Amino acid sequence: MAFPQSARTATEDPRTPDVAAPVRIPGQPGPLKRYEGTLIGASAVLLFVGLWQLAAFRRVVPELFLPGPTDIANAFGAYVARGQIWPDMWASGQELIYGFGLSIVIGLPVGIAMGWYRRFNMALDPFVTFFYSIPRIALTPLLIIWFGIGINSKIAVVFLGAIFAIVINTAAGVRNLDPSLIKAARSFGASDAQLFRTIVLPGSVPFILTGLRLGLGHALTGVVVGELVAAQAGVGLMMATAGATFQTSKVFVGLVIVATAGMLLTYLIARVEQRFQSWKPSPQ
Amino acid sequence: MAFSNGRLAGYDPQLTSGGPNAKLRAIDVTIHYWIERSNRPFLAVDRVMLDIQPGEFVSIVGPSGCGKTTFLNAVDGLLPITSGSLELNGQPIACPGPDRAMVFQQASLLPWRTVLGNVVYGLELQGRLRSRDRVQRARELIRLVGLAGFEDSFPTELSGGMQQRVNLARALATDPEMLLLDEPFAALDAQTREFMQRELLRIWGETRKTALFITHDIKEAVYLADRVMVFTRRPARVKACLEIDLPRPRELSIKRDQRFLEFEDEIWRSIEEEVRADAH
Repeated sequence: MAFPQSARTATEDPRTPDVAAPVRIPGQPGPLKRYEGTLIGASAVLLFVGLWQLAAFRRVVPELFLPGPTDIANAFGAYVARGQIWPDMWASGQELIYGFGLSIVIGLPVGIAMGWYRRFNMALDPFVTFFYSIPRIALTPLLIIWFGIGINSKIAVVFLGAIFAIVINTAAGVRNLDPSLIKAARSFGASDAQLFRTIVLPGSVPFILTGLRLGLGHALTGVVVGELVAAQAGVGLMMATAGATFQTSKVFVGLVIVATAGMLLTYLIARVEQRFQSWKPSPQ
Repeated sequence: MAFSNGRLAGYDPQLTSGGPNAKLRAIDVTIHYWIERSNRPFLAVDRVMLDIQPGEFVSIVGPSGCGKTTFLNAVDGLLPITSGSLELNGQPIACPGPDRAMVFQQASLLPWRTVLGNVVYGLELQGRLRSRDRVQRARELIRLVGLAGFEDSFPTELSGGMQQRVNLARALATDPEMLLLDEPFAALDAQTREFMQRELLRIWGETRKTALFITHDIKEAVYLADRVMVFTRRPARVKACLEIDLPRPRELSIKRDQRFLEFEDEIWRSIEEEVRADAH
């Protein structure tokens, strides 16, 4: 009774495959495969931050030009401690949510209608093309004259920044629907409403989400740049003030806040994308 | 001509008109559509005459691009006819209806729905049955087409042949009186194609739907049908009509049978004239 049963059969029978040295099947993921992306990405970021900190610590360039990560963390602590961060975040957050929300609420139906109804597209296309090709951020002074220096002007900037990407991509999604699916639905007697619900909407989801992601980038730009021009509160205003008074670390604090917000929202959109595209074959 | 017993004697309207009870009756059906590039109407189907009896399986063969599909779309009600009359059970066809169902050349499955969701789709659009009964009926048909166990798979996970089975099950689920098939096996590889032809005959044998099958493959047309109609090149006219009185059930081996080959040869010669005329 020297060996457990399984070990003995393995030594007696060399053909038993599961105890012999395992053969790596091509395409079989290794133990770290799942986390490979995260691990490599995180290591690269850590390495970068480390080098940055080292450069700042050695004062290769003066702090006024390049504060180190710890300087930024200290400035962030002070910003929080003085309580200034909350009204700024509240103002900027409202501008982003109202502006971006409004551009979704209006952009989706307009985009779908432009994709589906040829004549509606003919009527709106010149306007969309015009606005999409000018830098809408240049409208900010005008919008401040119209809506004042409060959050309303920034909501308008964000809205105008985001809506065209959403409209154009949604319309493209509807136009790119597989005509054979529409023919099949019609053949089974689908009404317009059924066609819309079962094919147009689910079929254009990938394009809609692309539009949202692009629109989000424009929206964040709108928040910051709008506040740089004129505002009463907000992360962008804080950055403008800090920059004007050579508080370089504080400018970086603003950058970090904006970047974090952008990454969080992009992640949210990516989650929605996964949820809607579970039917797609995996990319391997 | 070695083979001649009067079955293929040009177009004989007596032979195609089958009395007052025809399921589908086409009289002088003419279809135009508008060509945007040249900005004028184009004659796609020219005075087609055709009767199909209840329970009959009719194949239409013709050179590719001849207007067969256009005619089938009109039967489905997706396309208006310019003149003539096209009637199902004595009623003129104006729009798609639950009495017909189409099996498409491309599987045309909703990629975001499972097999079950796709087979249910037709019934769902027609608002028939309660959703529990729909699912039950869809499951029966998935079993009939031999896809039991794949109910929850997505179309992208299936082979081309399996997708066409889903396409067929979706059409059969609505329990149509007439099944319209638009080259459903054209995109499949040769072996899958033959196997699917036999499967279609088995399923047709179990359901006995009236069927109108479009193809450019002569063997396929002869193997499946009770009657083969030959269409001319554009515009499509009925060139010939051939009664295929081979016994049923038919095994694939019947394709090597002498009489099968004679049918095939006769149709081939008829189509060859069209293709040759087209090439000049």
